[in-house]
Amino acid sequence: MRFLAIVAFLLLAPLAAAPVHAVQPDEIFADSGLEQRAREIFRGVRCLVCQNQSIDDSDAALAQDLRTLIRERLVAGESDEQIHRFLVARYGEFVLLDPPFRPGTWLLWASPVLALLAGIAIAWAALRRRRSPVEPAALSDDERARLAALAASDEEGQ
Amino acid sequence: MIIELGHHALVLAFLVALLQGTVPLVGAARRDLALMELGRSAALVQLLALAGAFAALTHAYVTSDFSVLNVAENSHSMKPMLYKVTGVWGNHEGSMLLWVLVLAAFGLAVALRGHGLPAVLKARVLAIQGLLGAGFLGFILLTSNPFLRLDPVPADGRDLNPLLQDPGLAFHPPMLYLGYVGFSVAFSFSVAALIEGRVDPAWARWVRPWTLAAWSALTAGIALGSWWAYYELGWGGWWYWDPVENASFMPWLAGTALLHSAIVVEKRDALKSWTILLAIIAFGFSLMGTFLVRSGVLTSVHAFAVDPDRGLYILVLLAVTIGGALALFAFRAPAMAQGSLFRPISREGGLVANNLLLATATATVCVGTLYPLFLDAATGEKVSVGPPFFHATFVPVMLPAVLLAGIGPMLAWKRADLEGVFTRLRFAALVAGAVALLTWLLQHGHHPGPVIGLALAAWLAASTLIEWTGRVGLFRRRGIVARIIGLPRSAHGMTLAHLGLAVFICGAVGDSFWRREVVVDATPGAVAELAGYRVVLEDIRSGNGPNYEAEVVRLRVERDGEAIGELRPERRFYPVQGTRTTEAAIRSRPLGDLYAAVGEGRTPEHRTLRLWHAPLVPWIWAGALMMVTGGLVSLSDRRLRVGAPRRTPGPVTQPAGGD
Repeated sequence: MRFLAIVAFLLLAPLAAAPVHAVQPDEIFADSGLEQRAREIFRGVRCLVCQNQSIDDSDAALAQDLRTLIRERLVAGESDEQIHRFLVARYGEFVLLDPPFRPGTWLLWASPVLALLAGIAIAWAALRRRRSPVEPAALSDDERARLAALAASDEEGQ
Repeated sequence: MIIELGHHALVLAFLVALLQGTVPLVGAARRDLALMELGRSAALVQLLALAGAFAALTHAYVTSDFSVLNVAENSHSMKPMLYKVTGVWGNHEGSMLLWVLVLAAFGLAVALRGHGLPAVLKARVLAIQGLLGAGFLGFILLTSNPFLRLDPVPADGRDLNPLLQDPGLAFHPPMLYLGYVGFSVAFSFSVAALIEGRVDPAWARWVRPWTLAAWSALTAGIALGSWWAYYELGWGGWWYWDPVENASFMPWLAGTALLHSAIVVEKRDALKSWTILLAIIAFGFSLMGTFLVRSGVLTSVHAFAVDPDRGLYILVLLAVTIGGALALFAFRAPAMAQGSLFRPISREGGLVANNLLLATATATVCVGTLYPLFLDAATGEKVSVGPPFFHATFVPVMLPAVLLAGIGPMLAWKRADLEGVFTRLRFAALVAGAVALLTWLLQHGHHPGPVIGLALAAWLAASTLIEWTGRVGLFRRRGIVARIIGLPRSAHGMTLAHLGLAVFICGAVGDSFWRREVVVDATPGAVAELAGYRVVLEDIRSGNGPNYEAEVVRLRVERDGEAIGELRPERRFYPVQGTRTTEAAIRSRPLGDLYAAVGEGRTPEHRTLRLWHAPLVPWIWAGALMMVTGGLVSLSDRRLRVGAPRRTPGPVTQPAGGD
């Protein structure tokens, strides 16, 4: 629990409690194009044992294993998509930091558009209401009398 | 003994907060001045009691009184004095105490500053502040009491997480809390206005300075946190769209929208109910941020069950506070008087569009942050929503907002002449086009990101400067100094803040698209080259700090064959917690940072040396600093200092020669 309290305290800190060594010098490809592709993939893959880090940033052993695995597949000539499919088959969609577009996430991906449309609708409705102001109902005799009384007491108060 | 006094002071503060939260409300309903006035003295007593409680806890930390559970768990006798003091809020219980202390301070500030406020409105605002305070004080007393004793007394404490023993993070929470809690004032004013059933420009003139102050503090707090993450965590990142980061970003976005809509209420007496709603939402997100971070739901849904009392209490508090305010809004807002009219193409219209986009951005961040929780709870499916999602959704929403920020300030109130504005902005468009072309030609590869980003930043900066120079009449004849001084401070503040945004964008673009990295396995004498720099590992030494052992790696930085400086990244070991940390070394220059971090190597002699060159990164924090300064300059505006205009009977007398 104490650990959680610290976790909670790191309001802005993606948690990296240990020194970072992330990508190791000996794993880097000589081919810079391939290396760039590898890093691009790493950045989109979640380190499953860390607090919200990609395997590109993490020095956890599991992240290292995953990087090695992905590098092997890249060398074998697999496409990014094939690698993603392999990762999802093995670890589930949780492993992808970029949530895939499927029924469960439609609402997620649609949320910015829905929010914007809702905002526009509200603003439009408000503007329209403004253009055709509803005449307020005339005061009843009773209300008029109360108003007069209030005005009188107000003057006294001043 | 002192700790027991602190505990009693805390209970006293709770009781006084209850009084402050109820009696003035009754007084306001009955128009009983004596009851209403109680709010003022209660606010004072509450602050004094909490200051006493906070001082008591601080005393325990400073004297390393390990008979106090909270101190024993979070401090150590060898810890440097600075971190003994900042350690007071470096843990859950202490940080909640800081929360209520700040809340009480804001309450007292309203009590003292609000001379011109109508007595009834002021009584109600103070009462709402009192109720908020009582809610949180109850939370502390029931679930998170920092004054519990420990028996037997341990010989020494368990120390503070070494990552938190850092000046950047020492002052990050207080700043953030000033922001979070600052929005409570806007919230209280809104609820009071809803009870009252009316909002006039004077109301906005009261709300705006509080919002500005809160916004400035929150901006500084977030910037401080991201700066800390950048230099302390060792991977050079400054924003990861982590849920805890988002928790502070949502109130910031909503607060930014509030800041802009409050202008319309003040100047044009329009958008009133929307502004009230925004104030409720901004504070709601502040509370939600506290809830998300404090309850542990973010770590995992199951962490919630580890300490359900805390999470449940905050959840109920959140539901009552925000739900109650929203219900009140639904009841009272429709009856509120309509504001004045304006055409869609006008300053008001521009600010509505600003609010529309900022609200959309807030909603996007909110949905992205909470979606995994809800999906897991509803269907058991697990997804991750990481940076790629926010890059794909948040950024496109903000692009038009930046474009608009260039145009908006030029629009006239009520009805604007769009053609005239575009004529004035031709030059800005030209600058943006030139920057886009240059970026396209000069960058490696042809990524559209930097082109769009820098062009927008140039557009914003140029149009902001055109607007400002137009207002001070830079190109007219004499009297320019007088005109600069004569211009309302809020105009200077806006200019500075918008320029800050442009500068920030440049920094974000530079780091996101142009960062270069080399990673080498190095022994002394090894050389790494990066972005025109040649970095030589000179030697590895050991050195010790007050409560840690360190290994210092000395790097010589050369450029064009000449030594231009030295970098000393460190690896530290904190024996009490058994934690290792890295201390990055950064050579910061206006055009970019050279960043060095070391890690363990292949063999005991080797070290993994990680070097980055991150162009324009310092602009991120320079931009944030400009925004904060802009907020403060705007806050110093005479109109806001003087407060709302009051209806005074008879002729108004003014001192001669005032500014």
